[in-house]
Amino acid sequence: MIEIPLEKWTGKVREITLGATAAEGGTRTKTVTVGGETTLPFLEFEGSLPHATAIAIEVQDLPPTEWPTLLTEVWGEAMQNPGTWAKSAEARGADLIFLQFTAHDGLNADHAKKTVRQVLQATGLPLIVFGPGQADLDNDVLVAVAEEAKGERLLLGACEDKNYRTIVATALANGHLVNARSPMDVNLAKQLNILVSDMGLPLDRIIMDPTTGALGYGIEYGYSVMERQRLAALQGDNMLQQPMLVTPGEEAWRTKEARVGADMPTSWGDGVERAINWEVLTTSTLIQAGANIVVLRHPESVKRIKKQEFI
Amino acid sequence: MALTGLQIYKLLPGSSKNAEVKKHANCKECGFPTCLAFAMKLAQKQVELAQCPYVEEEAKSQLEESAAPPIRLITLTAHGRKLEVGHETVMFRHDKTFYHQPGLFVKVKDTQADAVDIAKAVNNYWVDYVGMCLALDGLAIEADGGDFAATVATIAPLAASPDAGGGHLILLTEDPTLAEAGLQAAKNIRPLLYAATPTNWQAMAKLAVQYKVPLVVATPKGSSLDDLANLADQVRAAGVEDIVLDPGVRDSRGSVQVLTQLRRLALKKNERRLGYPTLAFANNDPILAAQHIAKYAGFVLFDQFSPATIYPLLVTRSNIFTDPQKPIQVQPGIYEINNPKPTSPLMVTTNFSITYFAVANEVESSGVPSWLLVADAEGMSVLTAWAAGKFDAERIAKSINSTGIADKLNHKRLIIPGHVAVLMGELEEALPGWDIKVGPREAVDLPNYLKLVANS
Repeated sequence: MIEIPLEKWTGKVREITLGATAAEGGTRTKTVTVGGETTLPFLEFEGSLPHATAIAIEVQDLPPTEWPTLLTEVWGEAMQNPGTWAKSAEARGADLIFLQFTAHDGLNADHAKKTVRQVLQATGLPLIVFGPGQADLDNDVLVAVAEEAKGERLLLGACEDKNYRTIVATALANGHLVNARSPMDVNLAKQLNILVSDMGLPLDRIIMDPTTGALGYGIEYGYSVMERQRLAALQGDNMLQQPMLVTPGEEAWRTKEARVGADMPTSWGDGVERAINWEVLTTSTLIQAGANIVVLRHPESVKRIKKQEFI
Repeated sequence: MALTGLQIYKLLPGSSKNAEVKKHANCKECGFPTCLAFAMKLAQKQVELAQCPYVEEEAKSQLEESAAPPIRLITLTAHGRKLEVGHETVMFRHDKTFYHQPGLFVKVKDTQADAVDIAKAVNNYWVDYVGMCLALDGLAIEADGGDFAATVATIAPLAASPDAGGGHLILLTEDPTLAEAGLQAAKNIRPLLYAATPTNWQAMAKLAVQYKVPLVVATPKGSSLDDLANLADQVRAAGVEDIVLDPGVRDSRGSVQVLTQLRRLALKKNERRLGYPTLAFANNDPILAAQHIAKYAGFVLFDQFSPATIYPLLVTRSNIFTDPQKPIQVQPGIYEINNPKPTSPLMVTTNFSITYFAVANEVESSGVPSWLLVADAEGMSVLTAWAAGKFDAERIAKSINSTGIADKLNHKRLIIPGHVAVLMGELEEALPGWDIKVGPREAVDLPNYLKLVANS
């Protein structure tokens, strides 16, 4: 008789819930829980995988000026208002709304509060909110958002080692979670989790973000870092047991392969199909490596990832 | 059980009691300086025992058992090209590396009117990815009630174009008569035969021996791994050494599970009966094909040929099978981004792939036509290379001169990464007549910088 070799994992990925219902102090109509795995992705024969990968759809505070037309066409008028956009994203199958603030002249605390209020009113889904990625702006925006949405269990990001204190403090004060982003490095990820939790934020309010490389643009680095982080979690490393968030939508749509142009080589094939495949395969490959939350941009990619039985 | 390096050493000429054999101690013919060094490599399953011509017969059988790689190497040949699959030694690429990319085949049926056209398209397809030529491996031809032998006979001689990699064949039929007709029609190449099943294995094994081709052993859906191991063992006993496994699982979740189990049994339990590469079907589903690539298939069969799908799949395969021990490098040279003109700006960076990707992607998305000079910095990032002396004024000047970029420009302005602003003075000396500009430190700031440059 052949005996199937089973790994005896001692650790477990933390179960983390995004969003809070009225009973829990928020206004969300549903919450999303990720994590809880006691084995590697899809290997149910040796452990449990209680929650499917959650899909977030990205909406931005203003209609994006640098997105390829393939993306802007599909969202159309909905992009004019972040609330309408979020509603449309919910209708297209999102589990979570990822609200991305961008750097522009009108970006201030008032704009941030007004925008997050619009999105909270338009959808009952839990929210992930990211600042534009510049330390000062991120702090202004995320503090305003955290206060405006107090108690909603938002996921705030990106929280990085060079700029985490303000974001963690406001998450602590207002009942939110943080997305701890480290640059594709297991040790730095662990260190940041420690720094954040040392400020008093409980570990069940930290998601880790290994930084995403698109297919063809460094995906293998992120893939292996994620596999190593997940193995460390299962082997019992308490400080690497956070669920993982990745942003394949943003990364895939930055690649030239996803930008439809007339002068692409014929070996690249049809532009629309190639662009969607780029987002889909970046995403599905990262799910193999253990992604718990994937942030996508195109509704067709959402559909294809959801259709896959492994979700 | 696997032997340790020292145990193996005791069986090699270096420790022999036979003087005739002992005189070959440390002869280096295996390519290693000593018998002990070779023994260590054998223990790590990185070399073949056959590399030692003097090993004694009685030691041989003992050694072969332990020295055989846990997953057998399977080779297909066609038109002077080889496709090697197997020999994997780890579960995760970060543990060492994945050695042999799975063969990626497009499946056609002998009833398909366009089978030959697809075959030509597959064989001629290639795509340039950071200076590497990525290609499919060939065609899988399925007997579906058409003229199987004629289809194989037409497709088998189609050599791939010199740039492409294809031309290999997998013959899919469970009918031994058809299989033989197909093997006859493909007798100038070494295809993979699919498949020996619990009902036809004797005839199929005989064909595999007669035509010297590798044979897939396939058990139907719902079979156990015991069934698969027993069938593989019977086929092996019938004289077939080159075996590929198909456990009959077709759904995506089930495939990850069973292919993981097979890889674990071969690597961790040294289960010889299952120590072979696997074959998996992806139908029309690129997500499933990508899963098979990452999670342990040796051959992946895909049902459509569409460049828009094949290109990302080939990149997936290339990325997952990149050796994580070596920084992946891009080809040094000139990269044209957004159709540059002689007036367009020229930037320089290093040939570490991630550095290149970061820079090229930002320049690309800026829309500003630009020239990117990638200097050979031995695959290091800008700061590391600078610190190691691999990205200094001399090397940059050499790249400028050896690529002849000056002939393509009507200006002599070079933008260097902000992190190496310190090189400005030396570069002005090394490149007389050139105007050296310091660009941003981070790639992400390039679009704004380039727009400023373009408007000035």
